[in-house]
Amino acid sequence: MHKTRLTLALAGLIGCSVAAQAHAGEVEVLHWWTSGGEAKSAAVLADMLKARGHGWKDFAVAGGGGESAMTVLKTRAVAGTPPAAAQIKGLDIQEWAKLGFLTELDSVAAEENWDTTLPGVVTQVMKYNGHYVAVPVNVHRVNWLWINPKAFEKAGAQIPKNWTEFVAAAEKLQAAGIVPLAHGGQPWQDATVFEAIALEVLGVEDYRKAFVQHDAATLKGAKMVEALERFAEVRRFIDKDSAGRDWNLATGMLLRGEAGMQIMGDWAKGEISAAGLTPGKDILCVATPGTEGSFTFNIDSFAFFKLKNDTDKAAQQALASTILTPEFQEVFNLNKGSIPVRLDSDMSKFDSCAQDSMATFKSANEKGTLIPSWSHGLATTSQVQGALYDVLTKFFNDKKADAVATADLMARAVQSAQ
Amino acid sequence: MILAQTQTARRPVRLGLTLEHVLPKLVLAPSLVLALVCIYGYMAWTGYISLTPSSFLPMYELSGFEQYQRLLENDRWRVACFNLALFGGLFIGACLLVGVLLAILLDQRIRAEGALRTIYLYPMAISFIVTGTAWKWILNPSLGLEKLVHDFGFTSFEFSWLTDPDKAIYTLVMAAVWQSSGFVMAMFLAGLRGIDSSIIKAAQLDGASLPRIYWRIVLPCLRPVFFSAVMVLSHIAIKSFDLVTALTAGGPGYSTDLPALFMYAHAFTRGQMGLGAASAMMMLAGVLAILVPYLYSELRGKRHA
Repeated sequence: MHKTRLTLALAGLIGCSVAAQAHAGEVEVLHWWTSGGEAKSAAVLADMLKARGHGWKDFAVAGGGGESAMTVLKTRAVAGTPPAAAQIKGLDIQEWAKLGFLTELDSVAAEENWDTTLPGVVTQVMKYNGHYVAVPVNVHRVNWLWINPKAFEKAGAQIPKNWTEFVAAAEKLQAAGIVPLAHGGQPWQDATVFEAIALEVLGVEDYRKAFVQHDAATLKGAKMVEALERFAEVRRFIDKDSAGRDWNLATGMLLRGEAGMQIMGDWAKGEISAAGLTPGKDILCVATPGTEGSFTFNIDSFAFFKLKNDTDKAAQQALASTILTPEFQEVFNLNKGSIPVRLDSDMSKFDSCAQDSMATFKSANEKGTLIPSWSHGLATTSQVQGALYDVLTKFFNDKKADAVATADLMARAVQSAQ
Repeated sequence: MILAQTQTARRPVRLGLTLEHVLPKLVLAPSLVLALVCIYGYMAWTGYISLTPSSFLPMYELSGFEQYQRLLENDRWRVACFNLALFGGLFIGACLLVGVLLAILLDQRIRAEGALRTIYLYPMAISFIVTGTAWKWILNPSLGLEKLVHDFGFTSFEFSWLTDPDKAIYTLVMAAVWQSSGFVMAMFLAGLRGIDSSIIKAAQLDGASLPRIYWRIVLPCLRPVFFSAVMVLSHIAIKSFDLVTALTAGGPGYSTDLPALFMYAHAFTRGQMGLGAASAMMMLAGVLAILVPYLYSELRGKRHA
């Protein structure tokens, strides 16, 4: 205890000499970056904040993709002692803001021109009633198709640009004794694959209608039925042991050449690099069939809670600004496999997949094809997301399931969950 | 403190008497309060929450039976309830059968009984998470049993229940029976040892065969053991959560979902506290519907006997 105080004080002193505005406050940050590269990134953020003269109180809750962290957060928030910032993403930010827990960050945002450095689609997620209540950390692209070029060569398959080519490539791989698509039978992975297929069939506009605005007619429309039929066809391209498999094990199959392709967000790069391979060279990254130019994004972000103590409030604002500095964005995203959220980021240190991702991110932002990923909670509340997961995973695992009835069920499930 | 002070003011004889009266109540009071608040209080609170539109934090304005209506329309809930009935029935039945058989066989004054008993009882010492994980590996077609038989050369052998949505629920039964039947065996073995051997000797003198003795005399004597075994097993079945989480995580799809898993997912990860509370109340109602008549018949029977 004594030692930490001393370090904090020291850090404060150093901070004072560097930055004149510093009044040593402390931020408590709830996150679940506890594994390898992520933990390193959290440490970097803590150091940068300390350099500004503020204390960092780590509040890491491991496990379950943040489920346990959310339970802790709810308890703390209800008790009236929320942390300064917590890792909350997507539509859940709106839910917390609606209940009046979040504080405004408008002054930092105005000072640092967030409105121009960040794309509008992203700031929309971070704002509640036009006020910034959260800060984005990174951008993941979800609609990636990862390809093992050696497996493709062996099977004589071509890199697919649309659904027909995808089926052709998959059949060639299958004929060569390679599992065409590495997949893990967990609801969120089923949803990730379906999201990519639906995007091609529906197009950006109808995707928005169905999954962002929850328009019932689009959800049970003919195009959705077609998307479901294609999704059903994917069943024959995965191996029969996929049930319950974790995504990283599926990626492992791809890396070893047991499987030819995988549809997964760019966090898969972590696995690729860990295996000593280079993304973009040893494992190719292309947009999922028929979605080139579109970008389904999944953003990690921190929401900021209302605090009582003024010095802590200052520290909180400093944290918000630190997260968006180009330096932190670069370090963090190099570790995590994602790309920086700032449009003016320097991408020279990143691999070719990330550079490609950034180029698409910018062009999609201009063309209006930057769309939130519902399977990762960026377009829907967790209730709607969960309801869709249930319907889709049931459909995918039930060989007798009917696409028309399922589309109808989707529309009803979404309505009932809202 | 105050109580102690007022009591010292009184005469010593009275003090001894009152203390004798008050002490048991005083000692029981904390646990009674704890039970009242932590069990019945929270039960009532959950009941109240199930009548509200609570999303990811509790809200307190009432919205009637809306959550129950939603729950009953929910296909996943129906699957979960059906699974519980199937899993619970098979699990309790198989456990009793295996347990009783093992107990009777062990009761034949065999050699190394102590060692065998320990072997059968040992799975009980393992947590359900471990059991689930181990069975997940054993039953995984490309890792466990199927691969083993394939490696022996029988390549036509297929055992992929774990990845088959229609059969995955039976793998849960297997793992749960493996874990709990030893415990049932121990209960019955204790019961068997408690039976007066003179009754059995008398029956043998009358010329009754061994199976007949067991069926007509020993097992009816073990009625109370059946009662406690069913109680213990049914609560294991109803609250079963860890085993499913480790073995199938409710999958493939949600084909092995159970009410406890449904409740947890909705109340804690999907921000549908109201719906989660409603499902918890339905679970409670289900338990009561089975428990109350059973308790009633058992306890009333005893009073008459």
